[in-house]
Amino acid sequence: MSIFKDAGHLFRFAGLFVLAFLVFLVVRHYVVPKSFGQYGHYRGAAIGEIAAHPIHYAGHETCETCHADVLDVKKAGKHAHVNCEACHGPLAKHADDPASVTPVLPDTAVLCARCHTASAAKPKGFPQVVPEDHSTGLPCQTCHKPHSPGMESGGAK
Amino acid sequence: MKITRRQMLILLPAAAVAWESVLAGTPEEAPNYKLTEHWWSMLIDIPKCIGCGNCVRACQAENDVPDGYFRTWVERYNVSDEEMTNPQVISPDGGKEGFPVAQEDGEKYFFVPKLCNHCADSPCTQVCPVGATFITPDGVVMVDPKYCLGCAYCVQACPYGCRYIHPEKKVADKCTLCYHRITKGLTTACCEACPTGARQLADLKNPNDPIHEFLKTHSVQVLKPQMATGAKVFYNDLDGSVR
Repeated sequence: MSIFKDAGHLFRFAGLFVLAFLVFLVVRHYVVPKSFGQYGHYRGAAIGEIAAHPIHYAGHETCETCHADVLDVKKAGKHAHVNCEACHGPLAKHADDPASVTPVLPDTAVLCARCHTASAAKPKGFPQVVPEDHSTGLPCQTCHKPHSPGMESGGAK
Repeated sequence: MKITRRQMLILLPAAAVAWESVLAGTPEEAPNYKLTEHWWSMLIDIPKCIGCGNCVRACQAENDVPDGYFRTWVERYNVSDEEMTNPQVISPDGGKEGFPVAQEDGEKYFFVPKLCNHCADSPCTQVCPVGATFITPDGVVMVDPKYCLGCAYCVQACPYGCRYIHPEKKVADKCTLCYHRITKGLTTACCEACPTGARQLADLKNPNDPIHEFLKTHSVQVLKPQMATGAKVFYNDLDGSVR
């Protein structure tokens, strides 16, 4: 029986371990976010936080709810599948408040050239021109309507 | 049952922890959007890309990407007959303002838009030491900016160079596949702004998505398939010289 004479020391030591473990559990509970581990080894709430970011591009469906007239023009032409904001830029703010946020008209000299300047790197079937030879410095919209860019006089495409 | 003062002291905090967990319940989820019903990917149709840079500008505007950093960018490849395995690749300012004119010199030129491949078995999420980067149940690789330490381990791990350390926030940043848009039923900013339809968002779990028919009927490839990353950005008509 003499070997259990000093067992009290061991029990006190074990008690300390248990206490430390409980303190660890309590601290861990407050430090680790509630959603950590919800879907995996990460904070599940982060998904919702990223999903809540504001949008800048309204999307063409939103544009079309008001600008149905432009849609009709566009549908008939070669730019039928070019979305509004591809040329006009991000306009979600305009869609939210059309009266106070008005979009700026794009400069066709820059805008049209971005896509239609001739380059050997572009797909062969894509309509391309050398701007200097093509327009002699005239703005593109002199001959082409950007929403339906065929020649108005019925000439070459 | 008799409980001593000591036993009480031990039991109280344990009971408090248990009760807190009961009260907290499960965190809320976004309404009308079920994470488990989607598996997002993107289709890039190389023969349609004209290198206009619309996608790069749209991405920067949509996601407040700082100048000189890119979540998506466009590369122009120039492959000559003699050096098939050593293409000349340029991407001036990520292709944001387009590319210099290429002259007809008998060599092969084409554009390759790049972005995060949202890999199903992503090396970047595996190396994160703190659980700050992850793949969501709907297949989008994202960074939790509140958890990220900015150690840049993931930046090194990505075989596609799709990550960077944000110069102001000092945390890892990358393409979210416009998660704030796709969960609202919109397409990504780059797809919205692409004038030729060279980029298309696709949902592999949606049986009606045209991606399924496209994958069946075209020669589609992912980047660096030998790395077995489970990349989900599919390239149509990808040249073998692309890395």
